[in-house]
Amino acid sequence: MKLSLEVNGSARDIDVEPRKTLLDALRDDLLLVGTHAGCEHGVCGACTVLLDGEPVRSCLMFAVQADGYAITTIEGVATAPGELSVLQDAFCETHGLQCGFCTPGMILTSHALLERNDSPSREDIVEAISGNICRCTGYGQIVEAVELAAERLRKANMPRKRHANEPNRGAGATHDSPRSGFLEASESDTPHGGGS
Amino acid sequence: MTAPKPLPPRFVSSNRRVREDRRFVVGHGKFVADVVREGMLHVALLPSQHPSARILEIDTSEALKMPGVRHVLTGDELSKATDPLMNGLETPNVRRYPLAVGQVRYAGEWVVAVAADTRAQAEDAVEKVRVSYEPLPFVLDAEKALDPSSPPVHPAHGSNVLLDKTFVWGDVEKHFAESPRHLSFRVVWGRNSTVPIETFGVVAEWDPWRDMLDVWGSIQMPKYPDQIARALRLPANNVRVHQDIDVGGSYGVKRGIKQTVLASHLSRVLSRPVRLIEDRLENMRAGDAHGPERIFDVDIAFDDEGIVKSMKMRALDNVGAYAGRSPFQLGKPIGAIVGPYKIQSVQYRAQAVTSNKAAQEAVRGFGQAPTNYAIETAIDKVAAYHTVVAKVLDHAGYKALVERRDSLRASGTMAGIGVAACLEPSGGNSSFEPLLNEKNKTTTWMESCRIMIDALGFVTVTIHATSAGQGHESLVATVVGEVLEIDPDLIRVVRPDSLASLPSNTPVGSRMAIMLGGAAYHAAQKLKTKLMHIGAHQLGCEPDDLAYADGGVSEGDDKALPWADLVNIAHRNFHLLPEGMEPGLEVTHVMQVPTGDKLPKDGRVQMYPCHSFEFHLVLIAFDPVIGKPEILRYVIGHDCGTVINPHIVKGMTLGGIAHGLGAALLEEFVYDAEGNIMTQSFMDYLLPSSHEVPEVEIVHHCTPSPYTVFGQKGSGESGYLGAPAAISGALNDAVSPCGISFSKLPIRISAISDAIAASALNKGK
Amino acid sequence: MKAAQFEYARPETVTEACEILVRDDNARIISGGQTLIPMLAMRLARPSTLVDVYRIKSLKGVTEQGEAVVIGAATRQVEVERSTLACQKLPLLARALPWVGHQPTRNRGTVGGSIANADPSAEIPLVAVTLGAEIEIANVDGETSMPADEFFIGAMVTSVMPGDCLTAVRFPVWSEERVGSAFHEVSARKSDFAFVSAAAQVAVDEEGICRKIALGVGGLGDRPVSLDVSSAVGAKLDDALIDDLVREACRYLETYGDLHASAEYRSRVAVALSSRSLHDAVADAGRPRPANTEQAR
Repeated sequence: MKLSLEVNGSARDIDVEPRKTLLDALRDDLLLVGTHAGCEHGVCGACTVLLDGEPVRSCLMFAVQADGYAITTIEGVATAPGELSVLQDAFCETHGLQCGFCTPGMILTSHALLERNDSPSREDIVEAISGNICRCTGYGQIVEAVELAAERLRKANMPRKRHANEPNRGAGATHDSPRSGFLEASESDTPHGGGS
Repeated sequence: MTAPKPLPPRFVSSNRRVREDRRFVVGHGKFVADVVREGMLHVALLPSQHPSARILEIDTSEALKMPGVRHVLTGDELSKATDPLMNGLETPNVRRYPLAVGQVRYAGEWVVAVAADTRAQAEDAVEKVRVSYEPLPFVLDAEKALDPSSPPVHPAHGSNVLLDKTFVWGDVEKHFAESPRHLSFRVVWGRNSTVPIETFGVVAEWDPWRDMLDVWGSIQMPKYPDQIARALRLPANNVRVHQDIDVGGSYGVKRGIKQTVLASHLSRVLSRPVRLIEDRLENMRAGDAHGPERIFDVDIAFDDEGIVKSMKMRALDNVGAYAGRSPFQLGKPIGAIVGPYKIQSVQYRAQAVTSNKAAQEAVRGFGQAPTNYAIETAIDKVAAYHTVVAKVLDHAGYKALVERRDSLRASGTMAGIGVAACLEPSGGNSSFEPLLNEKNKTTTWMESCRIMIDALGFVTVTIHATSAGQGHESLVATVVGEVLEIDPDLIRVVRPDSLASLPSNTPVGSRMAIMLGGAAYHAAQKLKTKLMHIGAHQLGCEPDDLAYADGGVSEGDDKALPWADLVNIAHRNFHLLPEGMEPGLEVTHVMQVPTGDKLPKDGRVQMYPCHSFEFHLVLIAFDPVIGKPEILRYVIGHDCGTVINPHIVKGMTLGGIAHGLGAALLEEFVYDAEGNIMTQSFMDYLLPSSHEVPEVEIVHHCTPSPYTVFGQKGSGESGYLGAPAAISGALNDAVSPCGISFSKLPIRISAISDAIAASALNKGK
Repeated sequence: MKAAQFEYARPETVTEACEILVRDDNARIISGGQTLIPMLAMRLARPSTLVDVYRIKSLKGVTEQGEAVVIGAATRQVEVERSTLACQKLPLLARALPWVGHQPTRNRGTVGGSIANADPSAEIPLVAVTLGAEIEIANVDGETSMPADEFFIGAMVTSVMPGDCLTAVRFPVWSEERVGSAFHEVSARKSDFAFVSAAAQVAVDEEGICRKIALGVGGLGDRPVSLDVSSAVGAKLDDALIDDLVREACRYLETYGDLHASAEYRSRVAVALSSRSLHDAVADAGRPRPANTEQAR
């Protein structure tokens, strides 16, 4: 099947079998090998990409399901060739990685967290990355990296996207007073760019 | 022995970034699955359905017709074209090939390999292969496997016993006779492994015009090119392993020699590059990367003061269907068989048996973590007799921890404190091999480094193995920068392929800080000496008259030659060089492991040269009905001598504790009574996530080693060696008021709750 | 782990989807795919065609219909988490959702997908059974619905017939003024398949007397079960009464053991979590309310 995917801001045309996962299409057809296959059954999170800014497991999607979304892979995070985003730099500062295999997924998940929450608590960070398994670091320096990035982003002179539809919960929060202005489900559920 | 450095180090021990991180955070690591070769084929494997069966017939006809299929490989073909993979022990009748030959020996074992244009097509074709089996009797349990009547996994070997060797150090029987107290117990270390997130993968490419086999592998293995060459019956210099591959985690287990031989054979037959990347099922069932599965029966003799005088330990390991290196994981712990305790005599019986389970591979610590679990359990049981621990730890911080535990208990929560004190032998010689196998006379265990200063004065260093996140490039740049007094960030570190490499024994045995650091140091010293000789000759004095600083030399206040001048002389002005000196600025150094120059005698040998030390203190609490332990506080005291890069050591320690937590509470490869593996995916084999691993407080000490160039020791196994013992100890302390204890890892929440409920029932509540 | 081959169809309406299912009895619906795709990857499922209903507009949305909130089958779990309406009107569901997988799987997984998958330890089916939700189904002959406890008939087995497509789940809303809820779950790691989970919702009057009660337990057997605690209505729910109720309700529950947890463990924890959930729901019902509570939109 021929389809067009929007990846890191560019339209990319591929022709794949329906059974080809988004993960394999990114790696094999688009040669974006920064997204990694760790388990191929949706547990380890090494395959994480962003779909319209939200982390998803690319091994749990077929490429034919991925049209119409803005897909972000790790290759789309650095601000320019040779540069690092604040978050990527923070991972280097705290040594929030060792072998690097889980790292792209970990960074994209953390990136999405910081886009929505500019002051995450340690619990928020732990919860956010709990779907990304790391076997090297024991997570300590990863959490430090996200905390450091959050602090630096708060002090930076840069606006960040704000998302209207924030999940309204901290640990154990009740649901009595959600923020107003939530986009209701039927409006926010279609991928950007419309489509079927 | 090296002279003490007069000035504090500039780069060693300072807070420098790990340079490798930069490529990984942007997704520019080069992992084996990123290697794409023109015309590359993909392999999928057919697993055995039986734990033990004769292979009667393999019908590949339907598979061969499937789209994209290029070859369907059986064990018969492979065993004719290759030699069996190496064993470590003297067990020639235990033969292992990458595919089952004549007989399958564990459920999941690879029987047939299909090479096709895509991985999906290979899997489609695997489903069409028809194998008929005659099921045979099988054995899964290690104690049954010891019994001579158990069905031998390798009939030609005669039994399931691969190793049964007893060592006696000191007067064990006398000490037992004269000790007033004795204890006996059993603990069981369940089968688990380090399970990296990247499975093992390899790309092999045979070029028939060059007679060259190129290999890219996610490998952590000494003698990898040698073993490939041997198995394929190739001259060793026909094998070229590309070592600039980033390995996505290994922690010992990525010794994919069977995968490599299989892919290489296919490449040689088809004259096309062949890629074999294990999927997760293939990896868990049959990657042959399981870890120790060990029963410890321990007797201790101690006195009324709680001093343990003597210990008898029987360690029985269920190795699985093939031998490889795993029985040696019973030998290495001999180097720390009493841990840090002054136990005066030991009897140690090491037994390894085959069974119809997947084979093991070297797991982080090489058997030390299970052994520490047994030793620490012994000490905990002695301490339960006495108030020894309270006396030893008469310390305000510990008392506060005890108070916190006690107040939790008063509120109805189960709470316990666990303690583990462990040595971390580091430096990785292989002296346990000759200890367990007298025919093995190996004492050489090398590491090497080459440094080149080019004509423009830029420094490039080569290292000769792959890395799996240990930061070896940063390590070496720091060391060379320290010695040459130049900025490590300007030093380039590259990894040539194996044919262009100097000898290396790769990162095993927590050795690289010592050995690679040492080789880099000595090479840099040689280069510095050469620079000084060039300078002295140019300035008309003796090298001893010169001061070296920041890459340049000077004599007194008025005569000086900076780096650029020295480099220029070396590369361009041969007429200005001292008599007999080679032009250019290139040195190599090949280093032997310190203290490693003798074969064993009377069951004794110098094991690893250095011993790092760790002390774990854990507070655990849980609800007695739910049984889910929460680690409220985790403190580790850690001493690995001089720390070359603090980030790297911290990461190793935290990661090791996470591994240990998994082994203690979550992870196990479970087989059912029919020999099927029940934990073949991440849905059932549970890896700790960020929720399960607590915040850890690390308290550093530094006792420099006298044997190493900066006083550094290894830290590759830190945390993992003691965490299972400490966590188990804490759980046992928590349930001790119920009069129960746990003696098998992992300790699942269901087991905790069930044991507490049963004890309440027994008390008639 | 590559799936076996299949065709892919993306119908624009439910009717079209059902027509494909009728023509090809090996066709299978895919919604979020978070539970289906691992099965395809392991070749445990081998449909001839995947019928993708994920973008069908009529299957999306969280809307209020009378005394119920209706959630379209292809509504993402994360959208329900973010829905003001769902949070206010279906507090029990809102409490359960953070336990469903991980955020990345909730970003794709759908409510209908979880219901149709019918994993015995899944949270959304448990809430559906506890609250007595109705499962709405369409096929080429029209539309039907059935109560959740008739829909789930076994482990991963539902009353869905060939040619059926789930369209929505209708959760009843409790209109009482003092409604409290609680959800508890135990698993080896957070967000693993639950060993046992318990969902409770109670309504009390100004004196704290129970007016309405619902309690459900998941993970014990082959499907979630609603426990009969109706004798609590008219009584004040103190700890002693809760313990008695729960012990009685759990008395004949069947359970099983596996490599992760024994049957005894599941039974024991079912009692503990049910008690805890009722206790917490009662406390939640009694929490102070701001003077001008806007309960309805």
